[in-house]
Amino acid sequence: MKHKITECTDWFLDRFPLTKLWNDHMAHYYAPKNFNIWYFFGSLALFVLVMQLVTGILLTMNYKPDADLAFDSVEYIMRDVNWGWLVRYMHSTGASAFFIIVYLHMFRGIVYGSFKQPRELIWIFGMLIFVALMAEAFMGYLLPWGQMSYWGAQVIISLFSAIPVIGDDLSLWVRGDYVVSDATLNRFFAFHVIAVPLVLIILVFLHIVALHEVGSNNPDGIDIKASKDPYGVPVDGIPFHPYYTVKDIVGIGVFMFFFAVVVFYMPELGGYFLEDANFIPADPLKTPEHIAPVWYFTPFYAILRAVPDKFAGVIAMGGAIVVLFLLPWLDRSPVKSIRYRGGIYKKAVLLFVISFIGLGYLGTQPATPTATMFARVLTAVYFGFFLLMPLYTRWEKFKEIPNRLTEQPSLEDRLPGWIAAADEMVPKTPVTDEQGQTVEKRRPNTAAIGKVLVRNAKKLKESLD
Amino acid sequence: MYSEGVDNSKRQFLTSALTVVGAVGTGFIAVPFLSQMQPSTKAMAAGAPVEVDLSKMEPGQMIRVAWRGKPVWVLNRTPEVLETLATLDDKLADPLSNESIQPEDSKNPMRAIKPEIFVAVGLCTHLGCSPTFRPEIGPSDLGDEWKGGFFCPCHGSWFDLAGRVYRGVPAPTNLEVPPYRYINDNLIIVGEEQQEAAA
Amino acid sequence: MKKFIYILLLILPVSVFASSGGMDLDDADVDMSDYSSIERGAKYYVTYCLGCHSTKHMRYKRIALDLELDEAKVLEAIAPYGANIYDPMLTAMNKHDSTKWFGTNPPDLSLIARSRGADWLYSYLKGFYKDSDSPLGANNAIFKDVGMPNVLWQLQGEQSPVIKNENGQEVITKLISTKPGTMSAKEFDKLVNDLVNFLVYVGEPVQLERQKMGKYVLLFIFLFTAIAYLLKREYWRDIH
Repeated sequence: MKHKITECTDWFLDRFPLTKLWNDHMAHYYAPKNFNIWYFFGSLALFVLVMQLVTGILLTMNYKPDADLAFDSVEYIMRDVNWGWLVRYMHSTGASAFFIIVYLHMFRGIVYGSFKQPRELIWIFGMLIFVALMAEAFMGYLLPWGQMSYWGAQVIISLFSAIPVIGDDLSLWVRGDYVVSDATLNRFFAFHVIAVPLVLIILVFLHIVALHEVGSNNPDGIDIKASKDPYGVPVDGIPFHPYYTVKDIVGIGVFMFFFAVVVFYMPELGGYFLEDANFIPADPLKTPEHIAPVWYFTPFYAILRAVPDKFAGVIAMGGAIVVLFLLPWLDRSPVKSIRYRGGIYKKAVLLFVISFIGLGYLGTQPATPTATMFARVLTAVYFGFFLLMPLYTRWEKFKEIPNRLTEQPSLEDRLPGWIAAADEMVPKTPVTDEQGQTVEKRRPNTAAIGKVLVRNAKKLKESLD
Repeated sequence: MYSEGVDNSKRQFLTSALTVVGAVGTGFIAVPFLSQMQPSTKAMAAGAPVEVDLSKMEPGQMIRVAWRGKPVWVLNRTPEVLETLATLDDKLADPLSNESIQPEDSKNPMRAIKPEIFVAVGLCTHLGCSPTFRPEIGPSDLGDEWKGGFFCPCHGSWFDLAGRVYRGVPAPTNLEVPPYRYINDNLIIVGEEQQEAAA
Repeated sequence: MKKFIYILLLILPVSVFASSGGMDLDDADVDMSDYSSIERGAKYYVTYCLGCHSTKHMRYKRIALDLELDEAKVLEAIAPYGANIYDPMLTAMNKHDSTKWFGTNPPDLSLIARSRGADWLYSYLKGFYKDSDSPLGANNAIFKDVGMPNVLWQLQGEQSPVIKNENGQEVITKLISTKPGTMSAKEFDKLVNDLVNFLVYVGEPVQLERQKMGKYVLLFIFLFTAIAYLLKREYWRDIH
């Protein structure tokens, strides 16, 4: 029996390069040994993609892409289909989780210079994935056919009409009707369940192939292939399998924990993951008072609203994504990682993060004059980060780059420090309890909290220099 | 880079433990994912028992009702039909219904609680086509051998008017008789068994 | 409050904009573990609401399952006469009549608690007051000019509003009872709360189940992660 199995395996391996693939991409793919927490998000994104595909296929089995039936079919899934609620919540939460992960993954790239030569193409593929993902999420959001689905789609498709000359015809063509309607729903369904997922899978494949061709970047931004041992193995590299497979499984475990908390205890997440108004069936005759896209689109939506002209607004929104594509050529610094960059870049990244989160918040709020003013300032900061980059990255002084990877304290090493800080802020103080006895209880200490905060602020300031 | 004294047995143990827990977890998530393909509550609602009123049925008439989406035949058999049925045993594959599916109280030669009223699921036991109702005797297309019964147009299986399969046709067993019971003489309910009602 | 602004759009066509400002919402005491409250709410719902409002996504069988009630008992004590256990909770009123009587179709309430929120429903149901100008004889402090009569008036009695002039607009600050109903204020609050409890349950029947299940799932994932972490640490001993 054993002999037969070996024979079968050999037969297969003679005809398929499984061993070679495994070695090239897992067992002998050397990744830098200093990956930190930011490097979990790549494998997590892949995990969520698979989860979305599986839950999506299951939802497709009971969903009806028909304007008269769609809303009810979602409720049917939530109530009548065995475990349909779990599958649906996993899919809706997964969509938001996907964006959280992808945003963090992109941020990692910006901070450690993963987009820089020789990884420009990886970044371009990644950006294409991001665009495809936005299309996927947008079209998926129409499917429940609630009020937010409907009017959100109506607004976004109308953006096309801002394009001169062909705009109106284009948006008509996208909708297939004069308003968002059954025809739109049906074609969005087709795109959402097959066309865009296929593109996504192909792009993810290309992203990984391109990555494995040049090798992974790392928090030090140093090329590990520059120092190799006599066997040609990078001295600072470790085989992806088993070291990073076991590590990434921990990441997936931690992710699943938070994911399950949302799915089982707060699937709407306060109206951010599932919006309240989307529990009302789409009504083409009545717009909700306040339309906000789902949270992951709000930064770009805020940029759109910040510009007072329709066409310019659409250009600005598109531009906000286009500048990201150009990042590898905007950055003129010879240094990759933020660790060895000058203070200007660090402060620029901080401002960029503030502008992105700020715009994201403003995008969920009604457009009052004050909010619009803030949105304009933050839009300027957002574009300033990218468009001024060729200047400030060329001027700035960078630190000396070591030849080999540096040792940084890991999460485990930092834990005692955090515990000590918590201990300092909330010290054990003698308290007299109800029975008149003195017991030690933890009470917050204002002075100590201030001290810790000042200390950390100083540290933060230093790290920005 | 690699340190000495790797505790391989510990690695082995932890790897096995993680594999087992992971496999159990996959099993946990597979249960909801697979069972969501089971019939939903809506399908079960549609599969609820159906009542059939017999009072307006004429002798020899057959009516079709849907139970769980399947065609269920209710046939009012005339005394002549019952006589013919009693003579067919040697041509049938399983005249005593030992192989087929039917409630205990229909496991008799006429395959019914009351001989006049025959109830059956109208799907061929071969590959699930719905046989046609051919009560006439010796029609030109089926030949003189035909004593009235159900003929499956898909693959040519023959059943008599008690749903019993003839010998030498593709269908392996007699037609299925669904659970049903009499509420009164003129009303049956398909989908509930006699015993349940008594309990 | 956010929910309130967010969803002031619902089903009735007129005067949505007028419903902002004025009274704050009362807090409903939503307790999904209180099965008897949900059960009472279901009975009140069938008695007072089902005449006009369907809850088409809810089957009687589901109530029996979730609240651990006997199916026969649900059919006898909750469902209207002649309903099948698998039936969804549909109103007997037809659309033609309702359009004639109220100028609109009463909305389906399956998801009302998810779009409006429990506090809104609680305040709304308690927010009717006598208004002789209104064609229905009553108006609502939470939802101005709502096209629904106060179906609970016999229980609640009559209320009249205290109106304050704010920036040239008349705003209702509170409602005071002018005529007692058959129930005391406390009993009435409890009845409304039961109804709201039921509507919150109906909005997502599975919430009873998923929260119970959640802790086991989390525990399991925690176990998995802990073993994965130990394995990771064991392997990473190699790396210096």
